[in-house]
Amino acid sequence: MAITTKAAATPLGQRLRQDGLPVLVVLTAILLLWYGLTVWLNAPGVIERVLPADGAWAWQQLVAATMDMQRPVMPAPHQVAADLYSSLTGHPLNSPRNLLFHVAVTAQSTLVGFVMGTVLGLVLSVCIVHSRTLDRALLPWIVASQSVPVLAIAPIVLVILGSMGLAGVAPKAVIAMYLCFFPVTVAMVQGLRSPQVIETEMLHTYAASRWQALWMLRLPAALPFLFPALRVGIAAGLVGAMVAELPTGAQAGLGARLLTGSYYGQTVQIWSALVMAALLGLVLTAAMAAIENLALRHRRQA
Amino acid sequence: MSRTPRSAASTALLVLAPLVLAGLFLAAPMASGQEPVGATFWLATLALAALAVAGIRRLAGLEGRKIYASLTAALFGIWVVYFWQLLTVALEVPRVLLPAPWLIVQSLVDHLPRLGKDFTQTVVKAVIIGWVLGSGLGFLVAVAIDRLPFLQRGLLPIASLTSTIPLVGVAPIAVMWFGFDWPSKAAVVVLMTFFPMLVSTLAGLQASNRLERELMHSYGASYGRTLWSLRLPVAVPFMIGALKINATLALIGAIVAEFFGSPTSGLGFRISTEATKMNMPLVWAAVLVAAVTGSVAYALLVALERRAAFWHPSVRGKK
Repeated sequence: MAITTKAAATPLGQRLRQDGLPVLVVLTAILLLWYGLTVWLNAPGVIERVLPADGAWAWQQLVAATMDMQRPVMPAPHQVAADLYSSLTGHPLNSPRNLLFHVAVTAQSTLVGFVMGTVLGLVLSVCIVHSRTLDRALLPWIVASQSVPVLAIAPIVLVILGSMGLAGVAPKAVIAMYLCFFPVTVAMVQGLRSPQVIETEMLHTYAASRWQALWMLRLPAALPFLFPALRVGIAAGLVGAMVAELPTGAQAGLGARLLTGSYYGQTVQIWSALVMAALLGLVLTAAMAAIENLALRHRRQA
Repeated sequence: MSRTPRSAASTALLVLAPLVLAGLFLAAPMASGQEPVGATFWLATLALAALAVAGIRRLAGLEGRKIYASLTAALFGIWVVYFWQLLTVALEVPRVLLPAPWLIVQSLVDHLPRLGKDFTQTVVKAVIIGWVLGSGLGFLVAVAIDRLPFLQRGLLPIASLTSTIPLVGVAPIAVMWFGFDWPSKAAVVVLMTFFPMLVSTLAGLQASNRLERELMHSYGASYGRTLWSLRLPVAVPFMIGALKINATLALIGAIVAEFFGSPTSGLGFRISTEATKMNMPLVWAAVLVAAVTGSVAYALLVALERRAAFWHPSVRGKK
């Protein structure tokens, strides 16, 4: 929501004034709740292991101790923030101890897969719109795949590509690709069909070829359908890239970071990786929204 | 554009005859992997492919009944599976790469009890419980904050943003808190399904128009009465839409959460462990179970939508 372009500046300003305070209040409540949970969840462990066994401790000591554990059940927000800060500033960018390194690894496979999936989806949707056979034979399967957990075949893709000798970015990008591909195809078929009969007939009277009709009428008309699908697609691609990092024993990437954190009980590390994954998701989607604003800026004014 | 209308009878012949031929061809020695593939095999395969394309094109061109569209999709699916079977067996594609469909079905039948246990563990326990709890909580919170526009304005932007966040990443934390068994998976599902339901219900509660609300007001209807008789019914299509999205999300959440660690059963566990053992037919069988589950859940929700939102234009138009 924090996307600023010149065209959207005024409504954003209004929105900030209107929604800024409530959002801030809710965020503060979440933060307080988090601290509450930290105390509540960590207290049993602290009482058992850290505080003097004879019961001679005040509640202040208890609260302080819950927020300063090595491997807490629930790390306090400031512990996660400190871990993030030391990870981001304490190590060079190419060191695996720097979280930005892992973010870059995951973002790279997400973006590569996203671009491939989008191109594939665009090409296929153009084919479907121009071929009745493909429309009737193939489209129902693509639509049906939306209700199926396609992410489940990720391990299969990894095994197949692994036995073909592909490793590194390629398998992760392929998984991100096919997750992006489905929503883009479905939305683009809908969008390419959105021009009304009167518009297609006008191009027909101009003796426009199919390609001209596609280029001048159908593609521009499909853009408002495309962008929401791209936002869905890039978020799905991120999940795909992270899941793809799990079974390979990958050394790098946010998914691998989550897995090693859970192996070694490093809760703070898991939470930092989660925060970075959330931020990456937000940034990727915000970038898509910014491109959307830029591409459709003339229509908004009309 | 001016094609002559084709009769249904000749189309049926063009569709069914190649299927029979294809079935016979499957039994031929060169197609069942007993002989090395030669020129005859490729000629026959190409001829079959041409016939298949012709049949699909003819069926796709038929006008008139709605069933033709579904038949075309089904025919296409049958041919894809057929060529998958034919080529994997004849070319002896390694099972690790791509097992033949027949092997997958065999594996499904052989391991039916085990897959049944996996289904119970993942779907009956984690998915259904998590889906009901998450969607129910989302609905309750939405109704609860309906009278608090301040909270709505604060919560809605945050709730919408969660769709861009890989929430399934909380799986390792859920495992740490709730153990390896199904409660940790259900917890992930609750988290993933809560926000879509919250956002959709809030949107649905706003969907009644001014005229309708003023009519209720003129009847002197109380807040509760307006909610019950006008605003909740109007919100039903929105909520069913969220339930559909949530059904897929719940399956994904439970399966992926099992990749992070689980007891010795569950669809996600089966997929990830059998994949490392290179037992691909069973992996495909587990994926098949998950896919069928997703489709059936979707079909059930569509049926529910027709019943519960029968008055809505989008449903009325389909009849």
